[in-house]
Amino acid sequence: MAVRIQSVAVQLDSTQVLRSVDLDVAAGEWVNVIGPNGAGKTTLLRAVLGLVPFRGSIDINGLRDRRRSARARHVAYVPQTPVIPPGMLVADYVLLGRTPHRGVFAAETVTDRRIAAEVLERLDLGGFSDRTVQSLSGGERQRTVLARALAQQTEVVLLDEPTTALDLGHQQDVLELVETLRRERGLTVIATLHDLTLAARYGDRVAVLAGGRIAQCGRPAEVLTVETIAEHFGAHVRVIDDPEGPVIVPTSAPAPEFGAAEFAALATSKES
Amino acid sequence: MTEARAAGSTTWSGADTALQAADLRLRQLGIGAAAVVVAVVAGLTIGPVGIGAHRVVLELADALPGLAFDSGLSDAHAAIVREIRLPRVVLGLLVGATLSMSGATYQAAFRNPLADPYLLGIAAGAGLGATIAITANVGDGAGAFDPVPLAAFAGGLVAVTVSYAAGHLGGRSTASLILAGIAVASFLTACQTYVLQANSDAFRRIIAWILGRIATSGWSEPALMLPYFVITAAVVMRYRRALDVLAVGDEEAAALGVNPRRVRLVVVLAASLAAAAAVSVSGLIGFVGIIVPHTVRLAFGASNRVVLPLSVLFGGAFMVFADLAARTVLSPAELPIGVVTAFLGAPFFVLVLRTSRREVW
Repeated sequence: MAVRIQSVAVQLDSTQVLRSVDLDVAAGEWVNVIGPNGAGKTTLLRAVLGLVPFRGSIDINGLRDRRRSARARHVAYVPQTPVIPPGMLVADYVLLGRTPHRGVFAAETVTDRRIAAEVLERLDLGGFSDRTVQSLSGGERQRTVLARALAQQTEVVLLDEPTTALDLGHQQDVLELVETLRRERGLTVIATLHDLTLAARYGDRVAVLAGGRIAQCGRPAEVLTVETIAEHFGAHVRVIDDPEGPVIVPTSAPAPEFGAAEFAALATSKES
Repeated sequence: MTEARAAGSTTWSGADTALQAADLRLRQLGIGAAAVVVAVVAGLTIGPVGIGAHRVVLELADALPGLAFDSGLSDAHAAIVREIRLPRVVLGLLVGATLSMSGATYQAAFRNPLADPYLLGIAAGAGLGATIAITANVGDGAGAFDPVPLAAFAGGLVAVTVSYAAGHLGGRSTASLILAGIAVASFLTACQTYVLQANSDAFRRIIAWILGRIATSGWSEPALMLPYFVITAAVVMRYRRALDVLAVGDEEAAALGVNPRRVRLVVVLAASLAAAAAVSVSGLIGFVGIIVPHTVRLAFGASNRVVLPLSVLFGGAFMVFADLAARTVLSPAELPIGVVTAFLGAPFFVLVLRTSRREVW
């Protein structure tokens, strides 16, 4: 098991964000964590990164070393809204990913610089190394942040809403890229995604985080049902079966299953 | 785990190109060093007594251990160069280097371009300390012991300590620390104003102190300043790469294995100690800690690996030139150096701002 999360509870200020989260993610697996706003998806990722105090246990490849730098050699993070440092060149930004390997006081080695160059090349950012990160378009920026995470050479990559602020084409580009890299390098991916159709299309399993727990976890077709989505998201949707995974389409309320006959029955029961 | 790492690294091998990392280039270092040399020679050459630049250079070379040159200067002129102008130039270098290094450090640590060495109340604390010492009139002008620098140094450090403690009580963000600094500074400035009003006879001395000066009596001031500069510069330079990591914010820096709060605590303490020492010997010289690091950023890029060392060199050179202007423009009277740094620095900075195409903020 690459990542084993057991009975994890997180309290932020006086709010119990996570109550008891259990989730096992196998090596090389991609799990998408979905859930309504405020369910604690980001908090769960931050707990895995060791950025928030938690109760319970999170095991990453049996790592015993509790130091931040040790953890950063095993888990990389792509935040939802990365801080773009003013004036920093793409090359230097990607080289930041080597920090946990080189140590914070040491200069980058040739190996570090070679790895960063290769990652940039792999993500088609080769020509951008002398540009500032600020000057890039949204899609290029997202790839640059991903490049920094890949330069960390970790087995586990955490993606927090990696498609936010991207148009549909770029959303697909980024997720296809993650999928390719996962296959090439055997990465373990845990991502949070808002778009349920994308969550169904990419990745092996979907985990629904609601009420501070993993309410459901399984293959997309098992989890992404009309009932589950109505229960946890309060959304009215139609789920269309597609060979590549369920397609979730919003509908106007009430949901189509709740037809005219049921309405009539409801009206009669109220009258009586 | 080790197996996974080894397996991972094989997939990465085979790249024949390596990225260039931001680092201080020899050319940049050369430009900075040249600015210092020009400033030193100008500072030693220009003054009421005309002494040729080439003689000054020979005299300087002669002063170096293991070298002997005949500069052809009379004993009196040699004494002017070595005993009067040289200590003052060295003090200017040290104070300018220290203030701009502190400013650059604060800007990086707080990720705030408006930060300067006085952000956490050093100026107000030192001002209050100096005001109390001057009004108390202890050891006024007589004897070797002057309590004003000591009081200023202590006041500055107390102010930073209180700001840091109060800021961390208020929360974990850098904004709360900056706000605490503003509160502490306002409080101490109010105290200083009160003391000043109650002792209007000391008004002129206090204002003169506040406006700053690079004045030396022999080598005692540079000797006092040197250890603070060397130690704090060593700390800050060691942390230059860590400050680049902090540029992505505390959360991402932590995810990259760095402890942002610890890095910030160490560098801010070092920068504050350095600034307090500079303030104690030269009063409140404003503007240097802001414009020198920003000019360096605009000219050479935003990485702290470049900004910190070059701020030291250009800050030193700038202060020597500013002091040169302060003592020659109205000679034999001297302008307060704080006036000169702003008067020369502000238009120059606007010019740089207008012409640079770099995005550094």
